[in-house]
Amino acid sequence: MSMADAYGSHDTTDEGDSTAVVNTPRRLATAIRDLTKEYVLKSETVRALRGVSFDVPEGDFVAIMGPSGSGKSTLLNLLGCLDKPTTGSLLLGTDDIASMSDDELADIRCQRIGFVFQSYNLIQQLSVVENIQVPLYYQGKLGSDERERAVKLAERVGLGDRLDHRPSQLSGGQQQRVAIARSLVNDPFFVLADEATGNLDSVTTEEILTIFDELNEEGRTIIMVTHEDDVAERAKRIIRLKDGMLHLDEVVSEERRSEARRLQRENVVELLARE
Amino acid sequence: MLWLRTWRLGIKSLALHPLRTMLTMLGILIGVWAVIVLTAISQGASDQVQKQIESLGANTIIVRSQKPPEEKLAGMSASQYGLKRSDLDKILGGVPTIETAIPIREIRRQFTFRDRIVDGRLVGCTPMYADVNHLKIRNRGGRFLSDADGMKSETVCVVSAGVAEKLFPFEDPLGKRLYVPESTDYYKIVGVLEHRNASAAIGGSLDSQDFSADIYVPIETVRSRIGDTIVTRRSGQFQMEIMELNQITLQVGSVDQVRTTAAMIEAILAQDHAAMNDTVVVVPLELLEQARNLRLMFLGIGILIACISLIVGGIGIMNIMLASVTERTREIGIRRALGAKRGDIVRQFLVETLVLSFTGATLGILLGFLGPAMYSVLIWGVRKGFPEMFAALPDAIREAQPTIVYETIPLAVLIAVAVGLVSGLYPAIRAAKMNPIEALRHE
Ligand SMILES: Nc1ncnc2c1ncn2[C@@H]1O[C@H](COP(=O)(O)OP(=O)(O)OP(=O)(O)O)[C@@H](O)[C@H]1O
Ligand SMILES: [Mg+2]
Repeated sequence: MSMADAYGSHDTTDEGDSTAVVNTPRRLATAIRDLTKEYVLKSETVRALRGVSFDVPEGDFVAIMGPSGSGKSTLLNLLGCLDKPTTGSLLLGTDDIASMSDDELADIRCQRIGFVFQSYNLIQQLSVVENIQVPLYYQGKLGSDERERAVKLAERVGLGDRLDHRPSQLSGGQQQRVAIARSLVNDPFFVLADEATGNLDSVTTEEILTIFDELNEEGRTIIMVTHEDDVAERAKRIIRLKDGMLHLDEVVSEERRSEARRLQRENVVELLARE
Repeated sequence: MLWLRTWRLGIKSLALHPLRTMLTMLGILIGVWAVIVLTAISQGASDQVQKQIESLGANTIIVRSQKPPEEKLAGMSASQYGLKRSDLDKILGGVPTIETAIPIREIRRQFTFRDRIVDGRLVGCTPMYADVNHLKIRNRGGRFLSDADGMKSETVCVVSAGVAEKLFPFEDPLGKRLYVPESTDYYKIVGVLEHRNASAAIGGSLDSQDFSADIYVPIETVRSRIGDTIVTRRSGQFQMEIMELNQITLQVGSVDQVRTTAAMIEAILAQDHAAMNDTVVVVPLELLEQARNLRLMFLGIGILIACISLIVGGIGIMNIMLASVTERTREIGIRRALGAKRGDIVRQFLVETLVLSFTGATLGILLGFLGPAMYSVLIWGVRKGFPEMFAALPDAIREAQPTIVYETIPLAVLIAVAVGLVSGLYPAIRAAKMNPIEALRHE
């Protein structure tokens, strides 16, 4: 079976119902097969990924977990087209990124991928709106429509009153919300988040996760790397890596998800009450 | 549109570090400024040289007496050398192209009026001297020497502006009698000259001449009153020097005839003077041509120095751009992760260097226009602060009026921008080559 067939015929609907795609057959946001990644160093070759295969249907919400050094970031960087796999294939739509040039990858990044980093990674000399617009800028789109779109997204993440602030004038949680708005501006195939809540306290983490929940309910595909079980349990599916290989791929039941959600919200209310 | 945004972004990034931006620009600014000012000064200096030579006249030939080597004079009781009146006759007889000939005798003398004294030069010459040297008489009823003065060997003189100022600070010199103690003679002043610029010394064959302490007397009067023998006392000994003429200034009809005429004169003089080697023929036309080469050399050196400073400025830009690339590695990583191509990054950094070098060049040009004024202030400062040093400067430098050579401005800008581009290109390419993941990890 070729990759194209796999892409066209694959249909994974055995997890919880998803309102956004309930009537259409599930299309794939991405499909990876036997993905390996090796870093060749002077003294040794590090095998960060040793053959990972899985599909992510549109509208999925995946948490990637695993011990430190298990290859989570490496995998996410490959999904984000920031790097090329050593072997294997990674399909985005019908394109296999393994065979793409540097410039083609850049095009894919600004057109189809939204990335949220642990350390926010905003550009210091740009304002909130300008930061959100950056991916569009590299698509060559610079009109007033684009600005409007960026403003809407800023409002969407609750920063409508901070449009012209610089990143240094924002709190960590606010910066991360700008980063989320930026990841959505190009209407990506999926949003990738590498420990997006890793630097944030539990209140702010809850804010960010709420935004992710909402986005996913709107049908947005989300893949996030996390170390924390209670964060991972907010996803619909948890993929566990170990030594660069897929160790476990489990579905999170709707009960578990709402339980995690309830617990965390209570926790937040308690924390806020204590102050 | 895309470029416009890139420009705006570049300016924004530069504005984020104003001090660094200014320091970087300074290199280019100084380079461009140096190109403009140095070429202006060398142009001014060479104009000055040219003017001085032109004042000698392109169609003149100057024959001068020169002191022969010491051993040729050994054994003579009086050193006798130089041009003779008979040389003038021979030249006039043998060379038909000559239109004007002025015999000149110069003698160092003191001039006094009442208790005022001037050390100057008594110059015996003919009436044509004023025309050939473009001398102007101050219009207060004075005149230059006349043929009649010569024929009657009158004791009249025309004084230079310098002598007039020193001997007659309060009174009108016209009609006054000036006393020459060494020959116990009085000379009646018939005219006062306007100021005359000193002439340049060029190529060793012609000394520079200062005319500010001259008085002009008919050459016939000099001959009858003073004669050819000059006695000077040096370290207790009397020395006798016998010379008929110091110089003969000749004019030909057209510039084309200058070279052939000069060659003929040299041939005639060689008959009597080759052995003593006590005459020299100077052709200002040749000096003029030398001066043109000199001017090119001046210009070349100026441009060379300026280019060196531009290159130094370029290295400054490269240095700062490299630092900036390192400092902004993270930003580059973010941009790459968000979809910037390598070309986008190169363009971004190039725009920054272009802004830097263009702004630097523009400021350099603006300051360059102030260059001539700065030069005047500098020379004035040297004159006030270090008079000896000022006196030692060549006339061409002292009197130069810097003239901006407009052709050098686009050249300077071109070089500045090229240097900026080249030195910005390497850091830009280095920035773009970085792996986005590595760049993102950079702190
Ligand atoms: N650029 C690189 N050069 C060499 N080795 C690398 C590089 N990037 C990652 N590795 C190695 O690959 C392996 C997987 O790294 P990766 O960053 O994907 O781990 P991770 O699961 O994200 O860990 P963490 O939870 O600590 O972030 C590690 O052993 C790491 O040392
Ligand atoms: Mg990681």
